[in-house]
Amino acid sequence: MARRVTPARLAINTVAAWIVGFLIFFPILWMVLASFKTELEAFAVPPSFLFFRWTLENYATVQSRSDYLLHAINSIAIAGGSTLIAMLIAIPAAWSMSFAPSKRTKDILLWMLSTKMMPPVGVLVPIYLLYRTFGMLDTLGGLILVLCLGNLPIVVWMLFTYFKEIPKDILEAARMDGATVGRELIYVLTPMAVPGIASTLLLNVILAWNEAFWTLNLSTSAAAPLTVFIASYSSPEGLFWAKLSAASTMAIAPILVLGWFSQRQLVRGLTFGAVK
Amino acid sequence: MKHRLSALAGALSLFAAIPAFAQTTTLTIATVNNSDMIRMQGLTSAFTAKNPDIAVKWVTLEENVLRQRVTTDIATKGGQFDILTIGTYEVPIWAKQNWLVALDKLPAAYDVGDLLPKIRDAVSAGGKLYAAPFYGESSMMMYRTDLFQKAGLTMPEAPTWDFVVDAAKKLTDKTAGVYGICLRGKAGWGENMAFLTAMSNSFGARWFDEKWQPQFNTPEWKKTLTTYLDVMKAAGPPGASSNGFNENLALFNAGKCAMWIDATVAASMVTNPKDSKVADKVGFALAPNTGLGKNANWLWAWSLAIPAGSKKVDAAEKFIAWATSKDYTQLVAGKEGWANVPPGTRTSLYQNAEYQKAAPFAKLTLASIDSADPNHPTVKPVPYVGVQYAAIPEFQGLGTTVGQQFSAALAGTTTADAALAAAQSSTEREMKRAGYIK
Amino acid sequence: MTEETRGIGRLLLSPAVGLLFVWMIVPLAMTIYFSTLHYNLLNPGMEQFVGLDNYIYFLTDPAFLASLYNTLVLVGSVLVITIALGTLIALLLDQVVVGRSIVRLMVIAPFFVMPTVSALVWKNLLMHPVSGLLAYIAESVGLAPIDWFAEMPLLAVILIVAWQWLPFATLILLTALQSLDEEQKEAAEMDGASALSSFVYVTLPHLARPITVVILIETIFLLTVFAEIFVTTGGGPGLATTNIAFLIYSQALIQYDVGSASAGGMVAVVIANILAFFLVRIVGRNLEA
Repeated sequence: MARRVTPARLAINTVAAWIVGFLIFFPILWMVLASFKTELEAFAVPPSFLFFRWTLENYATVQSRSDYLLHAINSIAIAGGSTLIAMLIAIPAAWSMSFAPSKRTKDILLWMLSTKMMPPVGVLVPIYLLYRTFGMLDTLGGLILVLCLGNLPIVVWMLFTYFKEIPKDILEAARMDGATVGRELIYVLTPMAVPGIASTLLLNVILAWNEAFWTLNLSTSAAAPLTVFIASYSSPEGLFWAKLSAASTMAIAPILVLGWFSQRQLVRGLTFGAVK
Repeated sequence: MKHRLSALAGALSLFAAIPAFAQTTTLTIATVNNSDMIRMQGLTSAFTAKNPDIAVKWVTLEENVLRQRVTTDIATKGGQFDILTIGTYEVPIWAKQNWLVALDKLPAAYDVGDLLPKIRDAVSAGGKLYAAPFYGESSMMMYRTDLFQKAGLTMPEAPTWDFVVDAAKKLTDKTAGVYGICLRGKAGWGENMAFLTAMSNSFGARWFDEKWQPQFNTPEWKKTLTTYLDVMKAAGPPGASSNGFNENLALFNAGKCAMWIDATVAASMVTNPKDSKVADKVGFALAPNTGLGKNANWLWAWSLAIPAGSKKVDAAEKFIAWATSKDYTQLVAGKEGWANVPPGTRTSLYQNAEYQKAAPFAKLTLASIDSADPNHPTVKPVPYVGVQYAAIPEFQGLGTTVGQQFSAALAGTTTADAALAAAQSSTEREMKRAGYIK
Repeated sequence: MTEETRGIGRLLLSPAVGLLFVWMIVPLAMTIYFSTLHYNLLNPGMEQFVGLDNYIYFLTDPAFLASLYNTLVLVGSVLVITIALGTLIALLLDQVVVGRSIVRLMVIAPFFVMPTVSALVWKNLLMHPVSGLLAYIAESVGLAPIDWFAEMPLLAVILIVAWQWLPFATLILLTALQSLDEEQKEAAEMDGASALSSFVYVTLPHLARPITVVILIETIFLLTVFAEIFVTTGGGPGLATTNIAFLIYSQALIQYDVGSASAGGMVAVVIANILAFFLVRIVGRNLEA
């Protein structure tokens, strides 16, 4: 059902999109390039774009100095675990608020958002004391808990937005066909909401992946994710930008893979017009 | 689905905190991510080979983040770390709180008497050693011998501020991208304020008088700040107000600074041909003075300490004794050369001929350390210890606020007088609240 | 809607509400308690009840008003930039484009990088007036390089934060655009509407709710921005880039004054609530069914 697109239109769109994409992506590209330069080159003026002495020494240093694999696994466990658990709690909640709203729904939504209004640094000492009391410091469980509950409001909100887009008639049609709420959720709603769920999943995994306050303060070595890994390359005394760029590139790699594979889910889903 | 399950399995296995061998003690060490500590981390196997019943885990973080992390943990008795890397700022404060284990049971071979006297003072309280110094530093003048030669100037071993300001202006060539002097400008109690406090000492100023009254309204502080602003305006690089140690290091190594006054540890970095374009053109001198008897240099040592209440004191002491011993120095020298050994802690190092040969800056580093007295940092008497800080808990906040004001003056968004007035009022407010000023 | 549905709705909602409630109430209670104490982390065991003193101290801090202003400017500017640009880019990426998946990944990429790393890259590799790329470009065309963090520190921070959050807005809006009915757009075109009015009257209303959600979520995050400030300017020069979160941070982890930091946290919550109240007034209609 796609509209016919003229070649001229395609060309203009493509060029424009690539220019915009390149401009936005450029600082990251610059960082990745810096990871292949020597420390002296990384800060050199005039800066060299492609014609410099490419070296892998930064990656070698990072690899020998820190346990990338441990941190990466921790990051995957924490970011993935917290987001998935949040999704499991949030999907029913968002369903409830979009399709069975009450007078209180808007208030509840806003209240959920308000749980994130406290700057984390203001509540560091209470949380640290709590975690110390329950022996949750430096445990994956502790970090998953704090990130899950921290991101839960965001997940609920985003899912709520996408669920609201789904026409009620389809769901009612399924209901009239005799489906229970459970089946309605699993077999009708979820497939239609796949793009929404995918983008919520992606964004929240990234938010959890990059969360650097709680992960730095509540972990030490066993449960330390990649944010701690990167922090150990940040701002020591001495030149560090090339090494930090290498560490950061290594830290983004899993997310890039995740982002690439969720592309298929992010594209236009079922066309609703066809149902009519 | 699969990776979720394996991640979950991995997660579950980490929940259970079962030690593999009941006899192994695991030490978690929190340290700064400076190159000397990274080197120590890299040499851990040398320690564990001699002590197979001890395993070592490292947490390396940037200085400010480390300080927050470690302070939060020790103050809430979190017990997350077995060995802490702290500075000479923390040692007096924490020792007073009884947060540190006194290190009086170190083996005789450790040779406590070998520690440089000023450094030893800085990490002791009540005559006992509370932290073992890993590396010590002061600050000094680093300058470009080629630029000085070209301009026909000679840097004396103990230059005055007048000479330095004059030389800086003469050596500035903005079209060629060379700036007469590079100094710290980034706001922070350990950033620009470390430098400015030390500089103020050489001008005869002090942070507080004997009654803890802040002294920013004195002519000495005014002279300090105006000299700093004047020389930076005429001879400093652009962007100075957000330049810290690293930014200035990068500038110096790229050949853009004729002079740089900063930590003595920078000496090995600017003379390293791998990282510096001007490695063979660097000379050293003491930090400047105004003839009042104090130089503009500071004193600092990163040291290893054990938190009170630790259950792993024996193992921790073994590690600390190893990492700060003469043998460790030999180990590093053997593997990476004498220029890379942790500097500034032991007299024996500075008497070692090989070290003197490999490190042309050794003599002046020692002279700088010796000339900074944490117990009498200023010309006039003061109620605090510390050369570039006052070892009171409130100093971090005070120093940062004042640092922000001075950084603004450097950026040109406020005048020197306004900055000094703001520094005076904010410090007074805080000192009253903390109960120092009745 | 049947009673059954409503009942099930409440049931499905309860885990989320229950967990968040406990998560909120316990730390909140502790924070309120701490805010009434004179509690310095470096002097533990010496706490004393001081009532509202911490609040008075925090609110009479000369930095408070400046930080409030900076917070509002920061949040407002980033919102405007990310939503305006986000909408435009989402529209662009909604079109048929060769290699769209790659471009999409490029646009989302800034969100992948840890905020401290982004800030360091921007500060040192791009914005530095001596060795940054932007300075190099400026000099090549004969302009004087801008000393971003001295002359326009808040703007520099705004740019960095906006760059980081642009992908968030773009992705949400793009996903929302995906569910826009093609037929409606075609119908409008066939009725002779221009591209612009088709955008204003068909697309924009459809995007009203996602934009509202982006505004609310981003506001919540932007109010507590501090990593970027910490790494680039340390709140300076002067107070130019100190926002409320940084002010609280300097209380909590530089002065180790837990009492004052807790009071500051409560003040921040109150301000955020006021802000949310006004925001909901303005855009809250879009949340309805």
